[in-house]
Amino acid sequence: MQLWSLAHADCIVIMGSNMAENHPVGFRFVTQAKQRGATIIHVDPRFTRTSALSDTYAPIRSGTDIAFLGGIIRYILADDLWFREWVMAYTNIAAVITYKYKGPEDLEGYFSGFRDKDGCYNVENWQPAGEPEPSPLAEHHAGHHTSTTETLFGARKSHHPPPEDPTLHDPNCVYQILKRHYERYTPEAVERITGCPRDTFLRVCEALTSNSGRDRTSSFCYAVGWTHHETGVQIIRACCIIQSLLGNMGRPGGGIMALRGHCSIQGSTDIPTLYNMLPTYLPQPNAHKPHHSLKDLLEAETVPTGWWHNFPKYFVSLLKAWYGDNATPDNEFCFSYLPKLTGDHSQLPISLATCDGVTRGMFVFGQNPVVGSVNSDLIERGLAKLEWLVVRDSFETETASFWKKGRLVQRGELRPEDISTEIFLLPACAPAEKDGTLTNTGRLVQWHDKILEPVGDNRSDLWFMVHLGNRLKQLYADSTEARDRPIQALTWDYRLRGKQQEPDALQVLQEINGCTWADKKLVASFQELKDDGSTACGGWLYAGITPSADHNQARARQPDAIGMETNHRGWGFAWPSNRREMYNRASADPEGRPWSEAKRLVWWNDAEGKWDGNDVPDFVETKPPGYRPDWSKNPQGMEALAGTDPFIMVPHGRSQIFVPSGLKDGPLPVHYEPMESPIANPLYKRQVDPATKTWPRPGNEYHAPADPRFPYVFTTYRLTELHCGGLSTRAMPHTAELQPEAFVEVPPELAQEKGVAQLDWVVLSTLRGEIEVKAMITDRLRPFTIDGRTVYQIGMPWVFGWEGYARGDIANVLLAIFGDANTSIHSTKALTCNLRKGRLGGSASQPMPKTPPVKAPSGQEVLRRIDKLLADKPDRIGHDFSAATIALCAYRGALLHQTGNAAPAQKDVERMNQLNSVISVVYGTHYPIGGPKWEPLEKARERFASLIAED
Amino acid sequence: MPRMRRKIADRVQGFMNDWSLPRQFAGESPYSTAAQSTQSKTLRPRLEDADTVGTSICPFCAVGCSQLVYAKKGRPIHVEGDPRSPINQGTLCPKGAGTLGLLTSPLRLNYVQYRAPHSTKWERKPLDWAMERIAQITKRTRDETFTHTLPDGSAVNHTLGIASIGGATMDNEENYLIKKFFGGGLGMVGIENQARI
Repeated sequence: MQLWSLAHADCIVIMGSNMAENHPVGFRFVTQAKQRGATIIHVDPRFTRTSALSDTYAPIRSGTDIAFLGGIIRYILADDLWFREWVMAYTNIAAVITYKYKGPEDLEGYFSGFRDKDGCYNVENWQPAGEPEPSPLAEHHAGHHTSTTETLFGARKSHHPPPEDPTLHDPNCVYQILKRHYERYTPEAVERITGCPRDTFLRVCEALTSNSGRDRTSSFCYAVGWTHHETGVQIIRACCIIQSLLGNMGRPGGGIMALRGHCSIQGSTDIPTLYNMLPTYLPQPNAHKPHHSLKDLLEAETVPTGWWHNFPKYFVSLLKAWYGDNATPDNEFCFSYLPKLTGDHSQLPISLATCDGVTRGMFVFGQNPVVGSVNSDLIERGLAKLEWLVVRDSFETETASFWKKGRLVQRGELRPEDISTEIFLLPACAPAEKDGTLTNTGRLVQWHDKILEPVGDNRSDLWFMVHLGNRLKQLYADSTEARDRPIQALTWDYRLRGKQQEPDALQVLQEINGCTWADKKLVASFQELKDDGSTACGGWLYAGITPSADHNQARARQPDAIGMETNHRGWGFAWPSNRREMYNRASADPEGRPWSEAKRLVWWNDAEGKWDGNDVPDFVETKPPGYRPDWSKNPQGMEALAGTDPFIMVPHGRSQIFVPSGLKDGPLPVHYEPMESPIANPLYKRQVDPATKTWPRPGNEYHAPADPRFPYVFTTYRLTELHCGGLSTRAMPHTAELQPEAFVEVPPELAQEKGVAQLDWVVLSTLRGEIEVKAMITDRLRPFTIDGRTVYQIGMPWVFGWEGYARGDIANVLLAIFGDANTSIHSTKALTCNLRKGRLGGSASQPMPKTPPVKAPSGQEVLRRIDKLLADKPDRIGHDFSAATIALCAYRGALLHQTGNAAPAQKDVERMNQLNSVISVVYGTHYPIGGPKWEPLEKARERFASLIAED
Repeated sequence: MPRMRRKIADRVQGFMNDWSLPRQFAGESPYSTAAQSTQSKTLRPRLEDADTVGTSICPFCAVGCSQLVYAKKGRPIHVEGDPRSPINQGTLCPKGAGTLGLLTSPLRLNYVQYRAPHSTKWERKPLDWAMERIAQITKRTRDETFTHTLPDGSAVNHTLGIASIGGATMDNEENYLIKKFFGGGLGMVGIENQARI
């Protein structure tokens, strides 16, 4: 949703966000809503300026959001307060699920289909009765399938809509399942788990439900206070269920506002530098899925119904944009050039694999993982193992200077002389020093101009990539190796301008926009894209951003004068199709009339036979509300969606209250205790989300539930003045002066217990590390009564480091690496720690024992490691994988050392390729997507055995 | 002495001329004419010195506030909120309002720094040298760590030997070329961004 839509809400719940302090200008619209009479609610562990400006502040213990939201769902269902007409028409509430489904209320916290050994679910048990339903998002396809689900969705046919029971009596219809599932989330249970007083909780429920319906809409706003949990995806899902039950989607003032933290964090997801996606939500092919050819991939991943049925057009157009004239139907448009995944290659596994020697070189563009990633010491250890590191930033970050000022060096664990990493620190341009586009949190793409001349060696990342690409293209120009063909085939003809030879950002944006290949005419819409290679498009969702050579809509600056007659469509470009609100068909009733005059957005214009409104309709423009698919004709794509199915990216066009596929940890959100919690789960026997991605190892240990050594709940956050782990604001004189040094917020009761006075030094400790910081005693944090006992929560800004003007210890030293099952996002909001008065003495700092340098193992030793893996088939938390990987990489290192700098012989190249393939398989089994696959590892073992037999 | 007396008289006279309160009692607005002083009449906005102004987007959070950046001879002299923007209507938060400090911070790097293996210090190196060296080691590491096919015969065409992690303040065009060249060209799969974490 757009930020300005918040001004039209009647109730706004801010949860998992301190919006007034961290998105202050976005908070303007909350203030405007309040001035119009809206009720503002803040649900948060800390009382902040957001709480101060809200009508109701509901305190909750960190990590109990699903208990709170589940309580709201129960309240809505118990008192029948849902928007029945909207819900019956636009959601899957009446869908009937297979009899094999069992919920956590039956299975002590698990859903049916859990495979303990692999730590993952088989989604077969969650499907609609009679017919499996594919995942709605292409993004999820690559990640989701297990061997069973591949068979399940093997034949993606749809002869009929999913079975429904409109009476809602069927015990396996979504409505009945939902009621049973949330039955135990009573106001009393909510109070017991979250610590939020029952009356406060009920006040929130009452405000939300009385401000939703035909004439009124409510919004939720969240930030990383929701996503940074191992159940982050499910917290947001719980909110989706509430907003679907209350009819608050696709309507003015209704929706879920994701308050993202960086200026182009949405853009970095759309045009992703993410391992599992190609631009605009297309799946990266995976070696362990039926993606061996383009034909296989399109067959396996094309959803039969809904908008994603157009997937082949977008995928082929992307290949055409990347490989140009080299991409032909005969070579499957160079599909084989795309690298394939063997596992989870996201940032957390990469960090661990870097420690094990898998990663040899690393590029860091404007990120500062030593401060921003969890388990900072482990990150430093990984960096020290790299052969080379390229850091591009405007400042000398902690990541760039770890080798001389890092914690490992300070503690004597390493000396700079011991660190062999070759480091390049390249100065990078700030925004006003380059052209380009940024995508804001509401999908609004805005162009920024180059106004300033970069000083010295400052260059844009665009410059870096184009020039590095040019040099590498030259280095590989004469190669005849098959593996170097992708580099040679890649289209890379970018215009350079001026003294500094800066590339033209508009040319790149136009490549993203797409064109018809023969005449290079820009496309005005993704509806022009084809799957035959006649069109090229670098990011289908951005098509239309530069609809013609002289039109850059991202640079358009024509806001609406008064009111919102066009939703500011003359200002910037919102994907898709410059549409401001997604799923806005839901703002009209099934017959196509606005639900109310107060909340009108788009409607059916019967006279002209098309959808009209104050926004670009998110629907087939001429599809009348009365259209019904003719199932006897096996309709495909949009033809299979009725004129009353607004959620066109979902296969069946309905909001999914129950999610049959696409999620790895359950079709409905469940309250699990955080990985590290002061109590046992009061609701289920199962303590934590069973699908959580955990990788314990020395230096990354986790605290057991209710571990008396670590009794306090620890949470992290940032400050209005200091922005994230980036050094930027710590190096800006006036913001650094406003927040000059690190502190930890401690509730007065705990301070008294510990004898800590205001601004005393305290030491915070976890099994990962210890830091010292000054205490700020404040009643913004209050003790909670949880499950009958007092639980203290402390909080610390994570924005500090040893560089810049404003300094302090790094809070993320305390945190551990583990991730959300769906996204591998790390958890920073709800862990446990200890606090003691005083400072870190020499003895207190407990340096890690020095790891002896890894001696190159013999081939037989490595083979024994692999054999042990195959014999034990350990789960992913075992250390055997790490040991085998370290041995393999050390073995590779020794081989490379032998060849030295001389060009290797062809035989050696082939040997190295084979050795690397073994590493790829071990990595994929260690960090699998879904359950580990053992057959590839058996084959890898054979290959390794034959490799060393040649010696 | 008379000179001193005249100086005091001038100062009193000056104070009386500049004292806002009598003018406010006389009905002048404290926001306009009553707020003027001898000094303020001679002050000029620094924007007048600008030879260029352009539209930028705030580099911090994802709200997407528009900024006007004023420059003189290619150097920034002032940054303020763009009043036309439907998002911020001219306002900025403390970070956004401090953007000039980001652009002109004395801590900004202006030259390539290089740290050789086992070295205890940074060395300044030419940009061209660094680019060539980075290209060479990228090629070497890719070639050494490339996997064409898995032992089961399936093609992967990838390298796990090089990773790239980015911040979410990069332009869409920059991200696009990173994914295109590193992924579609070199075969890197470990390409990640702050957007995940």
